[in-house]
Amino acid sequence: MSDTSQITILQAINKALTDAMAEDDSVLVLGEEVADPEEGGIVGVTKGLSTRFGPHRVRSTPISEQAIIGAAIGASLAGFKPVAEIMLMNFTTVAMDMIVNHAAKLRFMSGGQTHVPIVIRTMTGAGFGTGGQHCDYLEAWFAHTAGIKVVAPSNAADAYGLMRSAIEDPDPVLFIENLPTYWTPSAAPQPGARVPLGKASVLSPGQDVTVIAYARMVQEAQAAVASLKAGGISAELIDLRSVAPWDRRTVLESVARTGRALVVHEAVTPFGVGAEISAVIHEELFSRLKAPVKRLGGAFCPVPFSKPLETAFAPRAADIEAAVRSLLAAA
Amino acid sequence: MTAPTITGVTPDAATQRDIYRRMALIKANDERARKVIRAGKLVLPYYSPRGQEVIPSALSVLLTNDDYICTIYRGIHDMLAKGVPLKDLWAELAGRVTGTCKGKGGPMHITHPKSGVMVTTGIVGSSMPIANGLAWASQIKGDGRVTVAYFGDGASNIGAFHESLNLAAVWKLPVVFVCQNNEWGEHTAYEKATSARQIADRAVGYAMPGARVDGNDPFAMYAAAKDAVDRARAGGGPTLIEAMTYRFHGHVLGDADAYMDKARKEAAVAADPVPRFRAHLIAEGIATEAELAEVEAAIEAELDEAVAHALASDYPTVEELACDVFAPEAVVGEAA
Ligand SMILES: Cc1ncc(C[n+]2csc(CCOP(=O)(O)OP(=O)(O)O)c2C)c(N)n1
Ligand SMILES: [Mg+2]
Repeated sequence: MSDTSQITILQAINKALTDAMAEDDSVLVLGEEVADPEEGGIVGVTKGLSTRFGPHRVRSTPISEQAIIGAAIGASLAGFKPVAEIMLMNFTTVAMDMIVNHAAKLRFMSGGQTHVPIVIRTMTGAGFGTGGQHCDYLEAWFAHTAGIKVVAPSNAADAYGLMRSAIEDPDPVLFIENLPTYWTPSAAPQPGARVPLGKASVLSPGQDVTVIAYARMVQEAQAAVASLKAGGISAELIDLRSVAPWDRRTVLESVARTGRALVVHEAVTPFGVGAEISAVIHEELFSRLKAPVKRLGGAFCPVPFSKPLETAFAPRAADIEAAVRSLLAAA
Repeated sequence: MTAPTITGVTPDAATQRDIYRRMALIKANDERARKVIRAGKLVLPYYSPRGQEVIPSALSVLLTNDDYICTIYRGIHDMLAKGVPLKDLWAELAGRVTGTCKGKGGPMHITHPKSGVMVTTGIVGSSMPIANGLAWASQIKGDGRVTVAYFGDGASNIGAFHESLNLAAVWKLPVVFVCQNNEWGEHTAYEKATSARQIADRAVGYAMPGARVDGNDPFAMYAAAKDAVDRARAGGGPTLIEAMTYRFHGHVLGDADAYMDKARKEAAVAADPVPRFRAHLIAEGIATEAELAEVEAAIEAELDEAVAHALASDYPTVEELACDVFAPEAVVGEAA
């Protein structure tokens, strides 16, 4: 596959799962509707896996999120590497005990005797009019929990590479997929390429300000950065890729140069990932900042159904651009 | 549709007509919704209740506005049977400020306390724990209300179902658990996901009465519902009803339903409970063709009005994002 070809994020994840399962018999897939008789997932991310790898390794489950994560944990304790799908991120709430009290903590509580090398795949993101219980970004809850990693890719190559790394990682990884951008094409990954967990990527270098984003907000930020550039403002865009652990070094190096930072996520702002990043930047770079770090996130409310409200809920390119301009004006 | 076996529980003629009116409303509303969405006039996730009209219709004639229901994303039939006004409902489907929830909840989260619709959840299984709380409140107040929790067959596999049945039985709550077994949970067939031969059997483990009934037969459904509602009102505790039905369409509008067995589906659609009950009413002299045609025409007129009202209504303003998150006076300190 040449690196000039384009694939969607959905195809990239499907390919990562296929390649991982082909290379390693211990990789399993389970979740609601993931097998082919149930159409390989609600949007087809796991299509073809059960046909190719059989019903022992790829299983559709009942609607039983606790049992799904529990089974993944148990199989992982016995040597497997399960990739469990929780259809939508809001449904992780039903499995929080298994994720937070067990998957994240068993290594520590067993004094390192056991560990839980599972991946929890889940999708989310506002935009389809599904309202308050189907599209929240809840990554901060998990990032706040010691013992579980959180990744949220924004393009096909990263989705592939992060999935390969997540499956190989010896600890639980929550893998967040953005529903509205599943079908957006981008450069195809090199077969087998891994993207390390915890490593950000600098998408466009700049001098005036650092914009830190992940998941769908990267696409919004790219549009904002392009528009700012046309107006003579040079913004450095960092795609975090991993939310926890996050790449402090790349972020701090960048902000040390630019002196200004904006963190953007779709999740609500209070107590969010942006708060953590902002705090660390202030702690490490206080004297070099030209302006206080800014955060931009979803409105502090449940995701509304009504279209104009849903549209206003998450930050857009224009909001990012305006926030950058206000950062520059504050200097 | 055979004569009921238990004497004394046949709905009288007026009740039969009432059941039919509710069924006809649900069917017409569904057809209208699919038409309006397909025409691009509204954009919403739509979970058709077509084929499941009998269940809430035969049950709701036993309830008043004071009785509570908790239902699910596929619950528009439960809401209509319970009496949510069409205009308010349609405005919510349209995300308009005139909707039941100011457009903020949307089709999966209709709430209308005036008609007793207390919660509509998008989370599988979550209608049941909350129904218990409503029923507990009635038990404490002694207000004689009954709470109905609607849910699907797939939902009987989630922890909340099992916890709720047990709690309701231990506390002898005035609640009726109504499982609408439409043979499918999204793209998953019943037997692929559910160990029980029938969901009604699960009641045994919680020491409550459980019955599987033909949920497409208004007489069977009415008899089972009456037994359960009467027991709840009399302080006799909860009941699990497994109402057998069939989902005429895919899980959500736009789902091509290729995974559904064609012959099974055709048979179910051929046995459409709505025209079947209509024919029964006419054959038995309970209603005339002209009377039913008049009922149906009135429904269509009401739908015309509701859709027009919804489309003509304003959207909520963006200020609504900051409203209703907390009580107006409840935020101490600076709002985020
Ligand atoms: C906790 C949870 N898990 C998964 C889903 C996704 N989901 C929505 S509907 C559905 C199928 C439910 O089937 P059933 O309970 O039979 O109800 P039906 O849709 O047939 O009325 C699933 C899996 C969800 N909404 N909530
Ligand atoms: Mg079902």
